[in-house]
Amino acid sequence: MSKYLTLSLTLLLLSSCAKKEGIIAAGPNFEKDLQTALIQAKPGAVIELPEGTFNMTGTLSLTVANVAIRGQGIGKTVLSYKNQTSGAAGIQATGDHFTLEGLTIQDTKGDGVKINDADGVTIRKVRAEWTGGPNEKNGSYGIYPVKCKNVLIEDSASSGAADAGIYVGQSKNIIVRRNTAEYNVAGIEIENSEAADVYDNVATNNAGGLLVFSLPDLPVKGSRNTRVFNNQVYSNNTPNFAPKGNIVAKVPTGTGIIVMATHNAEFFKNAIHDNNTVNISIISYLSTGNPMNDPTYDPYVSAIYVHDNQIGAGGTNPAGLAADIIAPKFGKLPGIMWDGIVNAKDPDPHICIANNGDTQFLNYNAGGAFKKVSSDLKAHTCTLPSLTAIEIASLGTH
Amino acid sequence: MAHALVRAASTLVSTPVVPLVAIMLALAGCGKEVRSHLNEPYPKKLSVWKLFTGADLKPNRGVIPYELNTALFTDYATKRRFVWMPPGQPATYKSDDTFDFPKGTILSKTFSYPDSQGKERLIETRLLVSSSTGWVALPYVWNAAQTEATLDVNADPVEINWSSRNIHYVIPNSNQCKECHDQSKVTGPIGPKARHLNRDFDYPEGRFNQLAYWTRIGYLQGAPDHAPKQPVWDDPSTGSLDARARAYLEVNCAHCHSPNGSASNTGLYLTDLQTDPMRIGFCKTPVSAGNASAGMLFDAVRGHPELSILAHRMASDEPKIMMPEIGRTIVHHEGVELIREWLASLDGGCDLPRPTI
Repeated sequence: MSKYLTLSLTLLLLSSCAKKEGIIAAGPNFEKDLQTALIQAKPGAVIELPEGTFNMTGTLSLTVANVAIRGQGIGKTVLSYKNQTSGAAGIQATGDHFTLEGLTIQDTKGDGVKINDADGVTIRKVRAEWTGGPNEKNGSYGIYPVKCKNVLIEDSASSGAADAGIYVGQSKNIIVRRNTAEYNVAGIEIENSEAADVYDNVATNNAGGLLVFSLPDLPVKGSRNTRVFNNQVYSNNTPNFAPKGNIVAKVPTGTGIIVMATHNAEFFKNAIHDNNTVNISIISYLSTGNPMNDPTYDPYVSAIYVHDNQIGAGGTNPAGLAADIIAPKFGKLPGIMWDGIVNAKDPDPHICIANNGDTQFLNYNAGGAFKKVSSDLKAHTCTLPSLTAIEIASLGTH
Repeated sequence: MAHALVRAASTLVSTPVVPLVAIMLALAGCGKEVRSHLNEPYPKKLSVWKLFTGADLKPNRGVIPYELNTALFTDYATKRRFVWMPPGQPATYKSDDTFDFPKGTILSKTFSYPDSQGKERLIETRLLVSSSTGWVALPYVWNAAQTEATLDVNADPVEINWSSRNIHYVIPNSNQCKECHDQSKVTGPIGPKARHLNRDFDYPEGRFNQLAYWTRIGYLQGAPDHAPKQPVWDDPSTGSLDARARAYLEVNCAHCHSPNGSASNTGLYLTDLQTDPMRIGFCKTPVSAGNASAGMLFDAVRGHPELSILAHRMASDEPKIMMPEIGRTIVHHEGVELIREWLASLDGGCDLPRPTI
């Protein structure tokens, strides 16, 4: 009896622990051994990478669910794709409940790590970087989950991305926290996504610090229910180096936060300063000047609540429209600007702005030829119900 | 039971009733008939499947060669395709999608190049098997002696000298198989659809339409008299320029660029059934192309191949820029030419964006 009990206890213990597949040995076969391990992994596997810098030539791919890839830490386990000859991304994963932890991904031809169509994504202590600094030939995205559910990105970093450093697109139920994004075109971007909490991040020295966007022509529509709080978004004045034709190429250098075509977004307790064009910009997609071919797309903002932020200096050396039209017309640029473009069917979009210190505001009425502008905050003295905190129940068991 | 087996086998091959002994032998796994393997571990050697009886891919009984009207470009490799199905269980016809194949079906595709003497050198044979857990992709790599191919889920590239050029031929690993063959994460065949198979083929018994032949030998049920038909991309007698270009894009791009494919997030959908011009790329701004857009503003511009990201990426062999991302290492110049000619032939253009705001 006791023998059986011991045995079944042991079995229980074994089955409840994540299966460790063993460390992938450093050496000339590292890349091939790692890819083979990813192909042969069983659900529950932990694939551990040793300390060291490893020369990668192609995309690593993973399709199995509930697998963790774990290095020895940022800067300790480094996958260098400087000599990449095939594939675009560094790591590509489609398995549900995926965990990537403790490594640096360098100089990929395309995206650093791309996770497509997965339920349950954990990116922890991962750095995606392009070591040559800002360059339009760098890959587009550093950390890039798209069409995912239940996404956690924490204690990670990205620099040098020619689109967005940390980007979550067409996804649902998202937490992005304690990350650092610098020297990207866009630092952190939440796009066509629903239910995101973005907090305790630092976005600095990007062209634009933090973007909440909805874009047309994508299969997953709309951007809604986003909370952005306790972030530091400052000195995002690196000249925009995105290739022409990409939407982020239109982000004016020197932008702190942009919220575009989004519904129900709350920005609070952020420290935003020294962004040379504008600290917070609220716009419709119409302001991009791009033609729209998507009849199901809603280009307007609504229910945007900006409150209790510390907004410092900014707008002192603007780029784009702010430099060409707004500054010459209105002089000193304010901390918060809105293009004033509204849906004719819904003339009050509920842009509520409260308790942001002595920050100035401007509705520059881009839809009305920049006439009848207003810097009166009284029209925006309102509150909106606070959005609920995101909880993620469905992550890997590693 | 035995009687049913005999009858099933006799519908498969045009020879008279197969002796029961032969079937029993085949069932025991030591016979000469094809044997499907429905569970892991899959055979390490291709010969264990008994698809071929000779070194030159001479098909075993019930292993039927087939061709597609327009086929995927793979670095100019020659491809030879075969299908085998368990006796008495035909695939079910579907008008647009891949046919519904029975468990145990084996689709094989062998890639080869002629060597300097013009002799065929087999590189790899990919099997797609309808296993007990769904379709599985199994890549087998041929040995130098050309006597056997061995399962290798993560094979090394092969250096090929063909037609006075060097090709760094990449054998897809089994995850890369899924990148193209998965729809919503479920692996399946791409080629065997009615419009791709609806063409004549020179069988040993004569020239027949493939759908009619499959029906005759008991490999297909439910095919109508007039099935849809894709043109041959480089044969103008088979269809208009528009139809041939759309066929080419479907076969080379749509396995990823479709609502359930691995590039579904881009919203660029290139099946030949797609009717929304924006989804085909016309005046559609790129989503995640980065500098692969080369400063161009739209995926495709009518009348302007030189302003179309689509043609630009097809004409590249750089890892970040090239499309498709995998499956080729060199440019398919004739394919690029077709797409350029097609774009140039269209009237329209796109509204240009206003200056940056």
